[in-house]
Amino acid sequence: MKKGWISYPYILWMIIFTIVPLLLVMYYGFTKTENGTTVLTPDNFIRVMEPTYLKVLWRSVLLALVSTVVCFIIGYPVAMILAGRDISRKSTLVLLFVIPMWMNFLLRTYAWMTLLDRKGLINTLLGALGLPQLNLLYTDFAVILGMVYNFLPFMVLPIYSVLRKIDRSLIEAAEDLGSDTVTVFRKVIFPLSLPGVVSGITMVFMPAVTTFIISKLLGGSQYMLIGNLIEDQFMRVYDWNFGSAVSIIMMLLILLSMGVMARYDKEGTGGGLF
Amino acid sequence: MSKHIIELVDLVKDYDGTEALKGINLYIRQNEFITFLGPSGCGKTTTLRLIGGFEKPTSGKIIFEGVDITDMPPYKRKVNTVFQKYALFPHMNVFENIAFGLRIKKTDKKVISEKVSRMLKLVNLEGFEKRSVDSLSGGQQQRVAIARALVNEPEVLLLDEPLGALDLKLRKEMQLELKRMQQQLGITFIYVTHDQEEALTMSDTIVVMQNGTIQQIGTPEDIYNEPKNAFVADFIGESNIIDGVMLRDYRVRFAGHEFDCVDKGFGINEDVDVVIRPEDIRLVPRDESPLQGTVKSVIFKGVHYEMQVDDHNGYGWIVHSTSMEPENTDVGLQISPQDIQIMKKVSAI
Amino acid sequence: MKKAFGRFYLVLIFAFLYAPVLTLIVFSFNDSRSRGNWGGFTLKWYSALFRDRHVLSSLYYTLTIALLSALIATVAGTAAAIGIHNMKKILKSFVMNLTYLPVISPDIVTGISLMILFVFVRLNLGFTTLLLAHITFNIPYVILSVLPKLKQLNKHMYEAALDLGAKPLYAFFRVILPEIMPGVVTGFLLAFTLSLDDFIISFFTTGSGVSTLSITIYSMARLGINPKINALSTLMFIVVLALLLIVNKRSSANSKNGTAVMNI
Repeated sequence: MKKGWISYPYILWMIIFTIVPLLLVMYYGFTKTENGTTVLTPDNFIRVMEPTYLKVLWRSVLLALVSTVVCFIIGYPVAMILAGRDISRKSTLVLLFVIPMWMNFLLRTYAWMTLLDRKGLINTLLGALGLPQLNLLYTDFAVILGMVYNFLPFMVLPIYSVLRKIDRSLIEAAEDLGSDTVTVFRKVIFPLSLPGVVSGITMVFMPAVTTFIISKLLGGSQYMLIGNLIEDQFMRVYDWNFGSAVSIIMMLLILLSMGVMARYDKEGTGGGLF
Repeated sequence: MSKHIIELVDLVKDYDGTEALKGINLYIRQNEFITFLGPSGCGKTTTLRLIGGFEKPTSGKIIFEGVDITDMPPYKRKVNTVFQKYALFPHMNVFENIAFGLRIKKTDKKVISEKVSRMLKLVNLEGFEKRSVDSLSGGQQQRVAIARALVNEPEVLLLDEPLGALDLKLRKEMQLELKRMQQQLGITFIYVTHDQEEALTMSDTIVVMQNGTIQQIGTPEDIYNEPKNAFVADFIGESNIIDGVMLRDYRVRFAGHEFDCVDKGFGINEDVDVVIRPEDIRLVPRDESPLQGTVKSVIFKGVHYEMQVDDHNGYGWIVHSTSMEPENTDVGLQISPQDIQIMKKVSAI
Repeated sequence: MKKAFGRFYLVLIFAFLYAPVLTLIVFSFNDSRSRGNWGGFTLKWYSALFRDRHVLSSLYYTLTIALLSALIATVAGTAAAIGIHNMKKILKSFVMNLTYLPVISPDIVTGISLMILFVFVRLNLGFTTLLLAHITFNIPYVILSVLPKLKQLNKHMYEAALDLGAKPLYAFFRVILPEIMPGVVTGFLLAFTLSLDDFIISFFTTGSGVSTLSITIYSMARLGINPKINALSTLMFIVVLALLLIVNKRSSANSKNGTAVMNI
């Protein structure tokens, strides 16, 4: 089986379909075509720095951060309960938790449209109770809700799998050395679960910061996140140069956040955080 | 005799219907090195975990210095444990691991660092404070685990097969070191192992267990020389165990011949187990002994030869001797009366 | 107390997770077009769905693309994985980075970059481009499912087969492939599901006339709420659940066989 060559077609394929396209994005990002001539220019990136677009960037990062934090706060206890000893039929519960994820992403988001709509179920129920109706759809709240709903499992599952793997004897050792339940959590369980937390945060933040569907369906057609900005440039405005520049910025943002998380991961396992 | 530090009263532990412990009664004296010995599944680890507080007994009581601690959580017990696979905290360095228990007690920082260094010295790991536990060898991790438990100055240290993961040479060294530490610190060690040699080397008292019951309690010498039943005899060292009949006091019949022995108090013609250690059998020229056989195999074991000698009934005697007889030699088997141990048949083992 | 609280919390979370899905399903049987009021039971949205030629053609495209791309990706990915497994370290780490690139880069970037490529080489956006795109994002997942199985493989097994007189191809099909089959099957199922489920990359790489279910749903949803989508979601959800149950049964049966074999 010394045949490295049988993967060469694959390498060629990946170069054509991932490297070349990315190079093309770079090419478009750094050029501009005026009057039929293409010139190298940083203009596209300078344009991203305009306040309108900076605001879009800022809002994308902020909403993604808020959703990540909410996912963490809601999700950690879920992971703990699922990984806990006093839960029977554990695998069934985990399966139940995963099943909604198998529904198409668009449909899950669409489901919230029907719930949050001005004439949707929530408002109908509120009306029946004699309470004032709420403007839920097409708000920041709706977008964050959509993100949390769609990405919560990405937070819970990695934490759950790390928690489940923690050696019982470590917890017993901590108890043996005098820790009560709270101390065991603070000094042993939580620090040991950090790798799961880190990958959970990464797995929620990434799709949240790049989404354009949730913002479009739950935020309304005027709602702008980076994803929407890119989509607009390619599908409506047809300014591929600017769209490519924004895409490059998005990639950088992703790489940056991955770098940050990787660093925290190292510190976390080294015990430097607590 | 020193006082009893721990008493186990009618301890029963059920796991989903299977009885892991079937009524254990035992007292443990202060400052003794006591070992629970037995094959896996005999209940020795369960007993240890009950004393540590990691499990609750189905019934029965655990008394510690006269106080019933059966329902006390582990973090309130004055015992500490060295876990089977050490259970060191991977996110902490050596110092933090050892300091863990002291930090919980909110010990003064200076005192912590003094105590930790003293412990590191005790386990021969000076200068390892900042090392991550993953970078240590098995033996070093073992020492950290011991230091982490001992630094809390427990009155009783529980050790759950602590040397199981080490190689033979290291294991021997650690056995001696553990014994030295126990004597130096003057505290009670409760040790769990399935290795009879380890138990014999280190213990003051050995508790042989099987199927959730205690088979015998005694000093290593007692257990080795006077095993109470065939199970203990077989488990502690190799033995020839054959069926015999007690003809009267001091006279037993086995392997087709009658022998003098030193045991009495059995019924006339009672069926018994006869146990003879391989090193207690001497090979002599065939005419010098009524019990005769043929050497079937010879294995050199380093210090001695192990030979299998088949007698006329087809029983294969295991014989240890520093000199060897070649295969297919006809030999006589000579056994002194005091080396013939007679045991009551245990009906259901 | 703690236990009760845990249960209560889980119930709340499950309610949060299932409420939207269940509402969607319930309202697919609602005679009234409204999202808030119950107007009686009906199947009219389902029959409307099956008469909608646009929906039917997207279903056809979705399944064709998913099946074709998963098959091609499985063959190519398995071959690639074997090659990668035997590579020298430096080349290997380069290829692995190449493999992870589409996995970590945001779908929207993959989508637009492929779209740029296709337009650049003047390939008409449509079925072919869609298929190429799906194969591209599927192969890495197949590789990542097969590689672990290859690592578990006893190095000398292949050599043993050759030693016993098997030709390399024979040895591969009779010795290696059966061993890594679970990984290959997982890779195929993963690729198939990802392809079925994909919206973003398809959205950018398809052209007029060729639409997948996701794209159809998106264009319908953008126009507002439409009970036909509810009917469609219900059907898709049921199909996925059935698939999931079958896969689950299969794997638990497999593991039982596994232990039985080990006991012998």
